[in-house]
Amino acid sequence: MSTDTQKPIVEMRHVKKAFGYVRALEDMNFSAYAGEVTAIVGDNGSGKSTLIKILTGCIKPDAGEIWIKGKCFFSLTVKQSMKEGVTAVYQDLALDNCKDCAGNIFLGRELMKYGILLDHVQMRRKTEELLRSLHISIPDITQPVEKMSGGQRQALAIARAVYAGGDIFIFDEPTSAMGMKETARIMKLFMELKKEGKTIILISHNLFQVFDISDRICVIHNGRFVDSFLTKDSSPQKLHKLIVEKEEELSDEKMAW
Amino acid sequence: MKKWLGKYSQQIFLFTAMVIVCILLTIRSEYFLTWKNIRNILEAVSYRLILAIGMTFVIASGVMDLSAGAIVSLCGVTMALALHGGIPVPIAVAFGILLGIALGAVNGLLIHYTGINFFILTLAVSGMLRGISLMITDGKPITKFGQNFIYLGIGRIGEIQLSVLAAALFTLISIPLMFHMKWGGYVLSLGGNREALIKSGIRAGFYRVTVHALLGAAAAAVAVIITARLNSAEPNAGMNMELDAITAVVMGGTSIKGGKASIAGTVMAVLILGVIRNGLTLMSVSSDYQQWITGFLLLVSVLISEIKVYKLKALMK
Repeated sequence: MSTDTQKPIVEMRHVKKAFGYVRALEDMNFSAYAGEVTAIVGDNGSGKSTLIKILTGCIKPDAGEIWIKGKCFFSLTVKQSMKEGVTAVYQDLALDNCKDCAGNIFLGRELMKYGILLDHVQMRRKTEELLRSLHISIPDITQPVEKMSGGQRQALAIARAVYAGGDIFIFDEPTSAMGMKETARIMKLFMELKKEGKTIILISHNLFQVFDISDRICVIHNGRFVDSFLTKDSSPQKLHKLIVEKEEELSDEKMAW
Repeated sequence: MKKWLGKYSQQIFLFTAMVIVCILLTIRSEYFLTWKNIRNILEAVSYRLILAIGMTFVIASGVMDLSAGAIVSLCGVTMALALHGGIPVPIAVAFGILLGIALGAVNGLLIHYTGINFFILTLAVSGMLRGISLMITDGKPITKFGQNFIYLGIGRIGEIQLSVLAAALFTLISIPLMFHMKWGGYVLSLGGNREALIKSGIRAGFYRVTVHALLGAAAAAVAVIITARLNSAEPNAGMNMELDAITAVVMGGTSIKGGKASIAGTVMAVLILGVIRNGLTLMSVSSDYQQWITGFLLLVSVLISEIKVYKLKALMK
């Protein structure tokens, strides 16, 4: 685990983003460290997904700086973000439902034969190996993703992220459709990634899961940074109180208007 | 076996339907199963197949292009003007094909960057292109070309017309292009989940533009064939041709929502439509009925496609 003197691998400074009149992020600050799981918590609409989409290059911020491994960016493209080692599992999973497991795992990084033809056999073989190594059970990997259960789809999206590699992993509600057994397996995987020195950014509504796995918690509310602290210094009750207080402050502000 | 049957159910259905139609037509007309008539059918469907294959790629990418028929008309007319202006056949044909590619690419650019509904957009483009064809020809056909050009429409290698060979070649190339190359895979993903493509760091815009450019090239090739075959470039050429192409593609099992495609299905659907048209002609049924049947088959195919999507959505819930 890092100390406060350790430099963050990912840092967002004074990042702003508005969609028309809706201000999704206002002066957002955020840091994540190598070998740590940093959880981002906040209510619905607090800007968590916008924050990670900026980090993965899907959205361009209006202002602010993004620092990755000491390099400063004012905005990123998806390709740039991938080049810097950022890999994400989005809440919508970003899977092509018409393709099979291999088609999704290798989307954008296909294995080729003779230079121009897709190597379907090799991709299927590697997919089987990958899923087996991650203890992900999908009975028929040749069926299109649309025929799989929600948990299987989530597991596939996580497997794709692991295969993509990189050293900064972002997981947006990665286990929301999974059963307890599958969730435990994924949590174990996160711990393994952490041990390898990877940076993990986790978005989850499940506060117990957050306390179970994270080293640091960043609380955001209504597009603003609220607080960041080491998980061991807090508790689910304290965190819940902090979020509710912020919610009440916002309601009071609205009433005053 | 069950999985295989499920996957190719629509193609198996089409094949069975074609066999039944062929048996019925053989009983009704002794002329139907002669080599001359089979050759006629193949020649009549060749250019429709080229356009339908191009349309298969576009529909697989999640949209439709209603301006394909108008591109046929404008490319035919401009090629005819170029030929009448004394430009050599290869250059005039290349110019026509390039124009088709450019018009298709413009459609792709407009769909990708303006966000306007593809249906409205390509319908508007269709009207504009058809209008340009009418303006530059004054509504009259441009006729009489040299033998070198006419050969492209009616010339044969052995017993097989060039257009049939061109359609077969395009079909054969399109299979690896769609299913065994990155480009086709990304075109399918464009229809399957465009967001997934973008989040994987792939430029969706490039694939949107190139898939429409391919249809534009196919439409221009159709223009070469029908202009040369008729020895006349008509501003009204290609009218409703996109409807036939869409009917064949959807009948063939390509998902109307995109993401899934069947080249074999498109080929079978084009053939079955060609056989039905030929059969109706042999039985002296008016061409008005043929148009009605095409529309009806499109409606039935779309309904089947929608039922499949509805079933899948229920499964996903």
